[in-house]
Amino acid sequence: MIGLLKRDLALAIRAGGGFGLSLAFFLIFTALVPFGVGPETGRLSEMAAGLLWLGALLACLLSLDRIFQLDWEDGTLDLLATSPLPLESVAALKALAHWLTTGLPLVAAAPVLGILLNLPGAAYPWLIASLFVGTPALSIIGTFGAALTVGIKRGGLLLSLLVLPLYVPTLLFGALAATRGAQGLDATTPLALTAGITLGAAALLPFAAAAALRVNLR
Amino acid sequence: MTLRVSDLACARGPAQVLASVSFSVEAGEALILRGPNGAGKTTLLRTLAGLTPPITGTIAHEEDAIAYAGHADGLKAQLSVTENLTFWASIFGTDDITPALTAFDLQSLAERRAGELSAGQKRRLSLARLLVTGRPIWCLDEPTVSLDTENTARFAAAVEAHLAQGGAALIATHIDLGLANARTLDITPFIAKGLPASDPFADDPFVGALS
Repeated sequence: MIGLLKRDLALAIRAGGGFGLSLAFFLIFTALVPFGVGPETGRLSEMAAGLLWLGALLACLLSLDRIFQLDWEDGTLDLLATSPLPLESVAALKALAHWLTTGLPLVAAAPVLGILLNLPGAAYPWLIASLFVGTPALSIIGTFGAALTVGIKRGGLLLSLLVLPLYVPTLLFGALAATRGAQGLDATTPLALTAGITLGAAALLPFAAAAALRVNLR
Repeated sequence: MTLRVSDLACARGPAQVLASVSFSVEAGEALILRGPNGAGKTTLLRTLAGLTPPITGTIAHEEDAIAYAGHADGLKAQLSVTENLTFWASIFGTDDITPALTAFDLQSLAERRAGELSAGQKRRLSLARLLVTGRPIWCLDEPTVSLDTENTARFAAAVEAHLAQGGAALIATHIDLGLANARTLDITPFIAKGLPASDPFADDPFVGALS
């Protein structure tokens, strides 16, 4: 099992693996916001937590179609499906590898980008915590979406349409935790709900993703 | 190590391709599948490998016995020959990749990235994967595509060695591999001609909900 994770991490950091693309998108998105909203620091700082969450979500969305598509194209997915590794584990490991190469760097970059948006000091711990517990849900839900659309040529747009509505609860509670933190309010409840979404998704969606893969591999 | 197939009907997508296929393959034996293009060799092999569920019929073999190799090589261009094989060895829980490298003469290419190999070399690497699976029944779909004469012989020798160890093989191929213990199964009689195609929308959730 660890072999698949190691391979996915190795592939992500090699040439053409796409590691850093999401991070660069996140950076550019955050840098563009002040141009669109205007440089008024008061207004920016009010919106910063929500914008950072939105940026992280969109950056995560960018790399979803790579999760299964490349393995499907070169026949590896067929071979994995006939291997002793259950497809449920394949889906769970793929989601984990996606989070390690996409979600975790976004969590690490968010506080630095918070400075660009004049994020209030009190919000930093809550922003980092909410992204840390919330981005795994984005990867897991995205893996399910990628499993549904594997095999569709240029399925990236369809994948986005399927996945974005499913991201609403995570974004809602994650951004709420960070925003409440910015206002100096207690943010434990939205944070716990974000963690709940992640745990629920981790428990259920690998099975759904495996079922979708089985149908698509026929 | 016996593979027994009885009264199997298989489908590709919504269309039934083969009907009433029955045969068995014993340990140490190779079965060569023949049939014109589109007859359903690939569909049969994918059904045996468990990728496509059969419509009817039974496939009996020991659990986790089948190693499948399809048209696609299943290689990662960014990984070296050794890394590709080591990955599959870790997935299948075996650890020695040296026999696989030797059998297909890949030692000199071991550190080369798979993306830099020629089509024939990629094919050899893809076939070498079969040896690291450690599984007894090989289901191979056109395994000799892009192999030259010398490497086709090398592949035939690998199959012979596998059979000698009590393995079995099903090979869809159009060329004569010269295997000693091989039977040929022509699947043309099993082609599901004139049979009503199964309902094309049977597993379509949208149409299913409407009707």
